[in-house]
Amino acid sequence: MDETVAEYIRRTVLKIPRDEIKSMLQKWGFLSEKQLQTINFHQIKENVSQDVVQLCEANSADIKQAAVLDIIYNHIYPNKRVWSVYQMNKTGEETEIFDLTDFKKKFKRQLQSALKNVTISFREYEDNAIWIRIAWGTPYKKPNQYKTSYVVYHSQTPYVFISASVLKSNLPLLCQALVLASNYHDIREMELRSHSLNSLKDIVFKRYSQNFQTYHPRPLQERNVAPESTDVRIIQENRNEKERIQRVNREVFGDGPQPKLEFAQYKLETMFKSDPKMDVLDKKEPFRCLVKFYSPHLLESLKALAPAGIADAPLSPLLTCIPQKARNYFKIREKKGLFPGSFVSP
Amino acid sequence: HLATSLPLPSERDHLRPRIDLIVFMIDIKSKYSLKNVEASLAHVDASFFLGKVCFLVTGVGRMNYCSVEMNAVWKLGEVYGSPVLFCELELEGIRVATAQRLLRMLQICAGHVPGVSALSFGSLMRNSVDD
Repeated sequence: MDETVAEYIRRTVLKIPRDEIKSMLQKWGFLSEKQLQTINFHQIKENVSQDVVQLCEANSADIKQAAVLDIIYNHIYPNKRVWSVYQMNKTGEETEIFDLTDFKKKFKRQLQSALKNVTISFREYEDNAIWIRIAWGTPYKKPNQYKTSYVVYHSQTPYVFISASVLKSNLPLLCQALVLASNYHDIREMELRSHSLNSLKDIVFKRYSQNFQTYHPRPLQERNVAPESTDVRIIQENRNEKERIQRVNREVFGDGPQPKLEFAQYKLETMFKSDPKMDVLDKKEPFRCLVKFYSPHLLESLKALAPAGIADAPLSPLLTCIPQKARNYFKIREKKGLFPGSFVSP
Repeated sequence: HLATSLPLPSERDHLRPRIDLIVFMIDIKSKYSLKNVEASLAHVDASFFLGKVCFLVTGVGRMNYCSVEMNAVWKLGEVYGSPVLFCELELEGIRVATAQRLLRMLQICAGHVPGVSALSFGSLMRNSVDD
């Protein structure tokens, strides 16, 4: 077995939490159950990985099999990577039946004709998700197995989730290969990025609980909000306002858990509006400014702002439109015309 | 009665009993809470400041998250002639002890303790701080 393959397998096993190693190797299926039983999974990970490598040696593992183990790892722990969402378009109404073999063949052919040295691996999952792992090389260098890109394509949808890695220069090639293999016409980046792959899927597939516009101007009589304290001696003077905030919040965010995003970025290219006497800027040009919101769970923390009394309800639509618009990167420019203001560019 | 700011909503005026003590809570982690208290003070009738107002600063167990200038808080107590208490709501012992202190103050302010008026108690608290 190639030394680089052995090292790669060893490092991949070391990434896996010790309690999960056995089940992941079972999913991999490359080592037989009998072989797995010879490994003591309670020893330190360093030793477990050595044992695994020895068994793989006995089975003559090559890079293709090692790549499958890597896909399995990333499928179970996708949140270690940052995913961007892309949408493909096709003109015309033709709905062709998706042919997996044809897709794989075309995709491989596209990439391999441009770059002779690439390792391409596929794995299909039940939810129509095709996982593609690509290790990039150059015409002169073997593929670097540690600098991989991942693509998750749901064949019944036009959406592709890409975790590009540092080699951004290969991105156009990757996009082109996807478009051609899937019989679409073009692909665009959606300005939507997160560590949580499932949350990105929730947003684009509209699987999160959405707010329903209520057309009742007056609140419904029933008290859905559980009383904050059951002690009747505590009286909330601002109960009406608190309930209004809860209601508005519920209308905007819905009832269920929010998709998990870590940041929202707003690039402002608007004019600086100041007191004319201050005369901060001599030239009348847009004031460039970047505002970035970070959070372990951005949408849940936005949802908590008004009830915590930190912000007024309703929140700015620039913040609350994130799941509906399926984007967390925005460019805000001046609205040209009679009414000065700002608008969000598409 | 809990309120997020003053003035109190007028629609509940007829349901409210006499107010004997106002405790303004300032969260040390929130500049906003200090601003809110300062804005609300403007709506308090002057007669309350004769011993029926007190400031309660919370969150003192986490001074590393302190956002509020302590000088500003002391100044507030001085300007309005009212005592400043400190507590950490997350620790049960301190929470209970603070509640007992406030209850005692309330008893005095409501006139339930013979021989001690809100004003005399207030000046007692103030003098002990200056020492």
